[in-house]
Amino acid sequence: METPGPFTIFLASIFINNILLANFLGMCSFIAVSREIKTALGLGTAVIFVMTLTSGINYFVYTLLLEPLGLEYLRFIAFIVVIAATVQLVEMIIERVSPVLYYALGIFLPLITVNCAILGVSLFLVIREYSFLQSLAYGAGGGAGWALAILAMAGLRQKMKRSRVHPALQGPAITMILTGIMALAFIGFSGMVPM
Amino acid sequence: MGSVVSAVLVLAGLGAFLALLLVLAEKRLASSGPVRLRINQGEPREVEGGEPLLSALKGQGIFIPSACGGRGSCGLCKVRILEGGGPLLPTETPHLSPEEIDNQVRLSCQVKVREAMALEIPESLLEVEEYPVRVEALTPCTYDTVKVRLGFEADAGFSFRAGQYVQVETPIYDGLSEPVYRAYSISSPPSETRFIELILRRVPRGICTTYVHELLLAGDRLKINGPYGDFYLRETQAEAVFIAGGSGLAPFEAILADMAERGIRKKATLFFGAVSRRDLYDQELLREYEEKIPGFRAVPALSKPAPEDQWEGETGLITEVVARGYESMAGMEGYLCGSPGMIDACIRVLTEKGIPEDRIYFDKFS
Ligand SMILES: Cc1cc2nc3c(=O)[nH]c(=O)nc-3n(C[C@H](O)[C@H](O)[C@H](O)COP(=O)(O)OP(=O)(O)OC[C@H]3O[C@@H](n4cnc5c(N)ncnc54)[C@H](O)[C@@H]3O)c2cc1C
Ligand code: FES
Repeated sequence: METPGPFTIFLASIFINNILLANFLGMCSFIAVSREIKTALGLGTAVIFVMTLTSGINYFVYTLLLEPLGLEYLRFIAFIVVIAATVQLVEMIIERVSPVLYYALGIFLPLITVNCAILGVSLFLVIREYSFLQSLAYGAGGGAGWALAILAMAGLRQKMKRSRVHPALQGPAITMILTGIMALAFIGFSGMVPM
Repeated sequence: MGSVVSAVLVLAGLGAFLALLLVLAEKRLASSGPVRLRINQGEPREVEGGEPLLSALKGQGIFIPSACGGRGSCGLCKVRILEGGGPLLPTETPHLSPEEIDNQVRLSCQVKVREAMALEIPESLLEVEEYPVRVEALTPCTYDTVKVRLGFEADAGFSFRAGQYVQVETPIYDGLSEPVYRAYSISSPPSETRFIELILRRVPRGICTTYVHELLLAGDRLKINGPYGDFYLRETQAEAVFIAGGSGLAPFEAILADMAERGIRKKATLFFGAVSRRDLYDQELLREYEEKIPGFRAVPALSKPAPEDQWEGETGLITEVVARGYESMAGMEGYLCGSPGMIDACIRVLTEKGIPEDRIYFDKFS
């Protein structure tokens, strides 16, 4: 089967195979930080950046280091190390550029390290045998898709502030339900582009 | 065997490479090279950028009060930043009133030094210095309160106003990663220049009080810095009400000793709140001051006297006892010292009874 070009992959990973809504990866920070559009936007941007960067780096780590040495089984730990270091870097940059965003993101910035969507993207690109460009496109698209989902959810939740949610369903519970409904809508697209 | 070695090497190499990268990035991003600080229009001083302002100032020998050790929870480390300092952070806003925000007041432990800054620091803080002291005596006051006498080196030249406080540096012990500073009011009079005394009440699992109560011995050396605070007796004709809770008696002991020595005439009543008799201390001392200072009266009050206490004095919360004592308090001054909860409750009572808020002076032991 012919794999699609980078641009198709980019679009498809935003709308069709959305990492959050189709694969349900990266849920914890999605639920925790989707209360306000401003912080959601900040975290979303950080995730796009980290995902693109790590999928590029991890592509090289895998093809130039692990594969030739027959150490494919080390990919989990190697990818995590790369992700952790990248997040640290992003943290330093954000603290320098925008201390306000830095404090607003608080603990969630370092938590990107354990955001499974990021590791997921790196692992998928190995399984799907993407080229470097495809990997970058997949990383950027995956990040953008995640950011889109969290932004949409933050928008919904801000609107919902004025609606009367049953006390038992407030907070994470209603967020999960909304996510489910959003995911249902996205299922309609599935299979349009084989990835 | 070979693959194990190569696996270890690859992982270690990858880790080391990334760590190197981060160290380099940290060097470039975190520190911003030398930065100029201008304090109260004086000569600019050069400091290394990247640190919180509080520690940069400490490096310059300027001590800003900081009861929480820079965690942004005490709100004591305020300075005015006229230039530089970046946007107001969410960690600062809870401690700043709208007027303070308009006046560019910031928490110096949260602001990082990144660019040239112009600061305004009260002159009194510029006189604060660090002093090495020797623990001369530890005398228990009650089961959970101890009086500590700290002796200065010869010619230390420490001077203060009765009612002010110092910060004690808790040295590193038991998993503490850096020294922390805690504020304690001076209970000895300003006329005593060879030593000061502090009264420390134990806080369960508290960093500094646990150290003092459990590990500190006579003969040990400590560092203090000070003096701080504008809690001192206003020498006006107005009648004063003093309210102390627990170790909050400390600054009043200094104020009373000073009044007695200098013959200050002012009508004053001291309400000392405690739970039961075992929490009372220095009562004989207060009796002596009642004799020595005309117009002074001390009223101990217990909130929950134990049956064996055979207590015949005032009972109830200190706020109730004070409220019972006065019809109207218009024209009086209020001096409060103790826990934040007690102080907030007392301020409410005093303002209801007619003391304007700017005539109520207090030190919150937070
Ligand atoms: C201006 C000023 C003057 C002060 N003067 C005195 C004084 O003369 N004598 C004196 O004993 N103290 C005084 N204090 C309080 C003192 O500075 C410390 O806050 C206190 O001793 C606790 O320090 P720690 O390091 O032992 O506890 P920390 O390590 O700071 O606290 C440990 C835990 O205990 C809690 N905690 C802190 N304080 C209290 C409290 N009072 N009651 C219950 N829980 C608490 C904290 O929230 C924390 O979770 C003063 C404070 C200020 C700001
Ligand atoms: S040192 Fe406590 S808030 Fe800054």
